This record gives sequence, C-alpha cells and structure tokens, in this order.
Amino acid sequence: MRNPAFFLWLCVAAALTFGAAKLIDNPYVFFAGYVVLQYIVLSTGWNILGGYTGYVNFGTAAFFAMGAYTTVVLHKTMPGLPLPAMIVVGGAISGLIGLGTGYLTLRLRGTFFGIATLAMSVVVQTLITNWSFVGGSRGAYVVRPDTTDYFGIDYIEYLFLIMLALSVIAVGVARAIEKSRLGYGFATIRDDELAAEASGVPTLKLKLLATALSGGFMGMAGAPLPYYVTYLDPASGFSLSYAVNTIAMPLIGGTSSWLGPVIGAVLLGTLQQVATVTISSALSLLIVGLMLVGFVVLAPKGIIGWFAPKGPRK
Amino acid sequence: MSEALLTVSGLGKRFGGFVALADVELEVAKGERLGLIGPNGSGKSTLVNCLCGTLRNDSGSVRFNGRMLDGMKAHERTRLGMARSFQLPRPFGTMTLAENLRIPLLYVVQLRGAVANIDRRCVELLDLVGLADKAHQLPTDLTQIEMRKLELARAMAAEPSLLIADESMAGLSHQEVDDILALLMRLNEQQGVTIIMIEHIMRAVMHFSQRLVVLVAGRKIADGNPADIVRQEDVVAAYLGS
Repeated sequence: MRNPAFFLWLCVAAALTFGAAKLIDNPYVFFAGYVVLQYIVLSTGWNILGGYTGYVNFGTAAFFAMGAYTTVVLHKTMPGLPLPAMIVVGGAISGLIGLGTGYLTLRLRGTFFGIATLAMSVVVQTLITNWSFVGGSRGAYVVRPDTTDYFGIDYIEYLFLIMLALSVIAVGVARAIEKSRLGYGFATIRDDELAAEASGVPTLKLKLLATALSGGFMGMAGAPLPYYVTYLDPASGFSLSYAVNTIAMPLIGGTSSWLGPVIGAVLLGTLQQVATVTISSALSLLIVGLMLVGFVVLAPKGIIGWFAPKGPRK
Repeated sequence: MSEALLTVSGLGKRFGGFVALADVELEVAKGERLGLIGPNGSGKSTLVNCLCGTLRNDSGSVRFNGRMLDGMKAHERTRLGMARSFQLPRPFGTMTLAENLRIPLLYVVQLRGAVANIDRRCVELLDLVGLADKAHQLPTDLTQIEMRKLELARAMAAEPSLLIADESMAGLSHQEVDDILALLMRLNEQQGVTIIMIEHIMRAVMHFSQRLVVLVAGRKIADGNPADIVRQEDVVAAYLGS
C-alpha cells in the first residue's frame, strides 16, 4: 500500500475510534483512551531509534517530560497559545535534546548507550526539580478550561482527539520510514555499522536523525500532559514507568515494524487501564513485568513475529 | 602502466606503542590486479582499514582517483568508488540477500544517478555470483562460500573503480577458490575494476596478481613481478624464518 493511501486508512481508523468512544457515552473512556493513545505515540517514537536502529533508549521519561514542561512554560508565558502550537514547540525542544544526546552518546554501543540515556534522564529531572519557575519539586498547576471553542466538545475529548491525531502522524511517519531508503539505512545500523559504512551509509548522520525524530515524537506525546493531569510535578512527569512501558510495548508487539509498537501499546495500555479500574493502579508495573517475561519466552520477536512470513526461511 | 588510481605515501599507523604500519608507499594503476601478502599480523588488514576509512592513519596520505582521502569517512570513500569485502563476512543479518545488495544501490549508485530498476539490479548481481535463487533468504542460511560471494556481490553493487578483497578465500576448498578467482578475474577483465587482493593462498595470489606487494611487520619489503618476489630472500625469510 502506498503511503498516502495508508495515511488515509489511518485517518479512517482514527475517526472510527473517536466515534466508538463517543458512542460509549462515558467520559472516562476518553481519560483511559488518552493514555493508551499517548503510549502509541511514545512507543512508536521510541521504536524509530530502539527498533529500527537498535539503540535502546532508557531515557524516554526525559524526552516525554521535556515536552510536558515546555507546555508548562508556554502556559505561564503565553497562556493564549493553542495546544497544537505548544505540541510543536515541545516536540522541537525534545527533538533538539535528542540530537544533543545523540551527538554526545552515539559513540557508545549497546548497554553503554542505554546507561547514558538513563543518566541523561536523571540529569534533566534534577534540572527541572531545581527550576522554581516551573514549580520545582512542588510541581505546577495548569488549569484547563471545561470546554473548547471547537464544536463545544469537552476538553478531555479535545485532548483525546489531539492525541489521536498525533498517533496517526507518528504511525504514518514510522511506516513511511520503514520501506524507504532511510528505513533501510536504519536497519543496516542495527545489523552492522561497519558494513553499513562500507556500503555507503552515513551512519552518524542517520543515527542523529533517528534520535532527533524519536525524541521529537516522545516530546510531542508529553506536551498535552499538563492539561490532562492539571498538576505536574517532576516525580510524576519523569516517572520510571514511562520508560519501562515504552520499552516493553514495542518488545511485546515486535520492534521490526510500525505495527509492533501499536499492538503492544494498545494491548498493554488497555490492560493497565482495565486493571487500574477493576483491581488496583499499583498492579500496572507488575502486568508489564509478567508480560515481558511471558513474551521473551513465547514470542521473542513480539506478536508480529508470530505472523511474519516464514517462506523459505528456516 | 596507465595513470595511478591509488597513491599511498608515507602511511603510518600505531596502536599505542605497537607500530602496525610504518611509512608504507604504494601505487596502484587503473585496471591493475595487485596481490598483497604478508605473514599474520604484518599489517595487511590495518592497511585496508586505513585505505577504506575504517581506521584513521596517523601519518601519510592516501590519494584516490585524484582526490585526497585524508579525514574522509568510510561511507564517503565508498561513494568515491572504493569498495571492500570484509575478511570475516559481515552481512546485514536481518535482511534478505536481495536487500543486502539494495543498500549500496540506494546509498551509493542511486546518489550518482538514478537506477532504472533496483529490484532487477539486485537479481542481476546475485546472478553474477550464482546466488539468484536465494535472493529472498536470510544470510544465516548461507554456507561459508556463499557468504563470501554475498560479501563480494555487495562490494560490487557499489560499482567501485577499486575493489579490495580482504582474504575472500580463506578456508575455502580448492574448487571454491577457483570459483571466487574466476569471479574476480571476470570483474577485472570485463568491467575494468582495479582489484587489490589480500590472500594467504599462494596458488590464488600467483595466478591472479600482475604485481605483488609484501608487507612484513608493517613495512613494505618487496614490490614487483610475482615470480621474482617469491624467490626474493627476505620474503622467504619472513615466511619461513632465516
């Protein structure tokens, strides 16, 4: 399927999702759905670096929270700015941080890169905790309006729609990359960087592009967060569960294609939301842990690995 | 001999206190078949890595096709027309054979000008090395010789003017060595590709090379007609001891 056609299908799927959520006629659906969609954006963004190029990033929370705190800053300085504009700014800032992180750490391979990104996350959290303009460790309140000017829909429905649109963009971009020259280049980096360079692939440039894109999407996923939670403090914005979930979802769904992170996010995200309501919110990390163990054993290539063409391959 | 395609002058490389290459001078003419030999650890692979930009030389310079390569990254050198095969095959493991060849086509050939049909070109190249029927298999399914053929095909896919084959025959049987030799000869004679062959199998080197260069302990000790070189006293001493 060509990319424009695929994009159209994504939009149709998104419209159906919104329609279905509206039919259920329970505002909580939008609250829960928002989180699932947020994880689609996060894990799709993560997968551009972690799945396509094979660099495992443990610093999701930093990129995510930078997007969120950009919104806090913009909310205080330019309260009239529409949310989509804030998302663009948040995405750009997280993308730049991704570029910087990439430039400093991409000479590290494997585990070392992972540790460096985790360290980066801690550094950024410390900086934010000590920046009183955004509330420091006390956190910041962001008052959201009840309704919007757009067709009079509730603000939570508006946030849901925004996240839906971001998911469509993120998934559309991820899929477009996959079978392009860029996608092949990313895959060579995952397989063998030395051979990639020898085949003419500018590995450093592609890696920087991947970190910037990946960071940008994570920042965009985080930008609407202050309006969703209305109170943001560093401990929740930089919560380790973002990093853990964002790694677990693509791994469970499968990292080699755009579909994997989507499946993982929908499955794990929904399960966590259901568990939060029916049992306890403390259960969500346990669910992630158990599912990860299960999938490492049963489906090392993720759910899409079950359906991958076997063909002549052994 | 026609004009020089590759000129190496005063090339030096050290790893800490160990001198891997010292003051290496080398000239390769367009269309030439050059054999590079030397005992294990004599610096052959280090020389290749310095030529291809995988390692950075400490001193000296490399001129290729009229351009100074110093400071250039490996992928830039590949785009200028210098391709290599690795001593131990390094295929892209998650990609099919056809996709493996697609990479240099996308990142080297297509940047020079459009490729009419990339898919067909991949099959053509695989056909050239006799792997066309495995186009959609993964490299893990290949035998050792098929892996080396893939390695050569991928280097050739970049349409190089200089191909550096780093021990592409080690560990192969008599017949398999002949297969690879024939392939390299065809490349050189029909497509005019200049080839530097690094090899331990003397039968192959003697058959292939128009000129032979001997490296011992990072220094070039001989350069000339293969038949004369292998009788030279210091060359024999380097291999057998004096």
